[in-house]
Amino acid sequence: MSRLTMTRRGLLKAGAASGVALAAPLSFVRGAYAEDFCNMPTGSSVTLGFNVPQSGPYADEGADELRAYQLATKHLNGEGDGGLLNTFSSKALKGNGILGKKVEFVTGDTQTKSDAARASAKRMIEKDGAIMITGGSSSGVAVAVQGLCQEMGVIFMAGLTHSNDTTGKDKRRYGFRHFFNAYQSGLALGPILADELGKDRTAYHLTADYNWGWTQEESIKDATEGLGWQTANAVRTPLGAGDFSQYLTPVLNSGADVLILNHYGKDMVNSLTQAVQFGMREKQVNGKDFQIVVPLFSRLMAQGAGENIKGILGTTNWNWSLQDEGSKAFVKSFGQEYGFPPSQAAQTCYVQALLYADACERAGTFYPPEVIKALEGFEFDGMGNGETLYRAADHQCFKEVLVVKGNENPQSQFDLLEVVKIVPREQVTYDASIFGGDLGPADAKTC
Amino acid sequence: MDAIFLQLLNGLDKGGAYALIALGLTLVFGTLGVVNFAHGALFMLGAFCAVTFNKLLSLEKVVVDETQQTAWGTPLEVRTPYIESWFGEFGSFLLNYSVPVSILIAIPVMLLIGIVMERGLIKHFYKRPHADQILVTFGLAIVLQEVIKHYFGANPIPQAAPAAVAGSADIGAWLGLGDGLVYPWWRLVYFGFSAFVIAAVFAFLQFTTYGMVVRAGMRDSETVGLLGINIQKRFTVVFGIAAVVAGLAGVMYTPILPPDYHMGMDFLVLSFVVVVVGGMGSLPGAVLAGFLLGILQSFASMNAVMSIFPGINQIIIYLVAVVILLTMPRGLLGREGVMEE
Repeated sequence: MSRLTMTRRGLLKAGAASGVALAAPLSFVRGAYAEDFCNMPTGSSVTLGFNVPQSGPYADEGADELRAYQLATKHLNGEGDGGLLNTFSSKALKGNGILGKKVEFVTGDTQTKSDAARASAKRMIEKDGAIMITGGSSSGVAVAVQGLCQEMGVIFMAGLTHSNDTTGKDKRRYGFRHFFNAYQSGLALGPILADELGKDRTAYHLTADYNWGWTQEESIKDATEGLGWQTANAVRTPLGAGDFSQYLTPVLNSGADVLILNHYGKDMVNSLTQAVQFGMREKQVNGKDFQIVVPLFSRLMAQGAGENIKGILGTTNWNWSLQDEGSKAFVKSFGQEYGFPPSQAAQTCYVQALLYADACERAGTFYPPEVIKALEGFEFDGMGNGETLYRAADHQCFKEVLVVKGNENPQSQFDLLEVVKIVPREQVTYDASIFGGDLGPADAKTC
Repeated sequence: MDAIFLQLLNGLDKGGAYALIALGLTLVFGTLGVVNFAHGALFMLGAFCAVTFNKLLSLEKVVVDETQQTAWGTPLEVRTPYIESWFGEFGSFLLNYSVPVSILIAIPVMLLIGIVMERGLIKHFYKRPHADQILVTFGLAIVLQEVIKHYFGANPIPQAAPAAVAGSADIGAWLGLGDGLVYPWWRLVYFGFSAFVIAAVFAFLQFTTYGMVVRAGMRDSETVGLLGINIQKRFTVVFGIAAVVAGLAGVMYTPILPPDYHMGMDFLVLSFVVVVVGGMGSLPGAVLAGFLLGILQSFASMNAVMSIFPGINQIIIYLVAVVILLTMPRGLLGREGVMEE
């Protein structure tokens, strides 16, 4: 029978051996991810895929998204003034790329068509080695690309998408949305409409006949009927109708005293312009001033409606006039780079790029299941919308929502929207289960 | 009753635009035998004549004010339109009336564009099959669209109607139909304008010698050629006139529909339906079908109609086209022998 003896030298050797043994599995596991997921960066750089509308009706919005992504790339790589890296509550990003790898990017053109957007995302993943896809200016595109990214195991950080379905019935484990949604627009706008227009109103909806329009109409109807408003009618208009006169004239003798335009982009510009031409802003119905409401405002597109947006109420995700430190830092960086202020689409895209990079840093890996874990339930601040939560249950961001109206006295060509109220996050938070859907698995995929 | 009357006005207004575009398309088809898919782009180019003129008038003198800063920390630029600082009230008047005044610019510009388009490209496709003509003119339309998008962006650019006709007319009071029946002044102006242009084109073709030769050429160009008349030269001018008609329709439409690079395509398909329903090569047919389809489209969008036939507003034009072509294969006023060989 041997005796167990422990010398000082033996103790040191055993300690060193134990240290090596403990450290070895960690480095082994980190290395193991390399074999297990699509487009694991192996060189000194990491490639992000910016999928934005470079042609088609939303090309100007897409161009602004691309500017924001290029600025985010600069800031992530330590160039420029650092932008929101200086105000972001998470301090994981150091301006040395992502996990020490220089950030590079490739771009795709969604054309604001689901099939084209999927094709360009697929090309960036399969041919260009993009580890993450981000961008877009349409809910149809977001849902389509999100589905593809789930299939391919590549994280998708959505751009401008406002339909409830993106993080509702079509939510995906690999998809994340920073932008607010139609339901939140209703929650934010309802009380302001009650304050500004009263509780005894009759609304008439004109709604773009596609997924986003339907969800917005439903959300705003829920909110206004909850206030006690009546709904005179809700009429679906073809996307890109151009001339809305035949849909506007029935409003005039419908008994409605509020027209709600569930339109976006060119449709919003045309329907609003024509509604004003039909004298709806001077009209009196039921003893009240007739009002027009545009639940989703985009400053970039509101330019197309010119003077007609003055005094019109709506909501927006973010506006460059905000005075919090994050917004000021972003406006300064963007304005100095390009000579004009960023749009809400630019802000959401910039933030999404940084949030992905930050999640990789905090996870210590590009391995998607770990990055997803880092994003799920992540609380942050300093990005321009107050304290924000990336809710784990549906991958929807919860943050402040802005109720705005068309500026009556703009000080510049960019000063189109006036913030009426910053609606706190608590007021636009809802139960994730109301929209159903299933996030699906987080399993890594090879490509 | 009010609702029906308003929809009738909407239909006449919309029909005016369809008729103007279809008139040009028919002129080109009737004279040159070319199916011109770039015709919608001419409508769009006309609208951008108004945009360009307005932008020229709005050129601004920029003074950097070092005492004020933008939100991004650069000195504030104070901008004043040159035209107002140079010409005072007359400058403001020109800016206010930039849309109707730009008609004067659009006429020579569109005539030139039409002639260059015909001489530079389309004449090489006269003897080619219609499919080739469609492909080349459609390609040309896309090129023109992309050029406009490059210089003006993709977003619509608002053009205001002159202040005097920016609001609504109280037509209820005019017609004794009661108060509150209003209709936008500019749409009434547009309807009157389209009726004037259509009448002018018909008068030109009907009452001038030039027009008589063109009409004769549309019937039988070979015989007209044998009389020693250079009919091709006249047809080139007709192509230019068609471009002017489409361009003017575009100029005057800008306060109704803020123009963007794609607006021509939005009208093109409908205008072809109008031409086919009216009868290929028939000018009165194009005008008649333009107004007819415009009115039908408006009535189909009435809530009472849509509650019985959901979605009818989106298919009515095509439905009517199918019915007319089944019962009258040459269209409403089509001639025998056109596109029938």
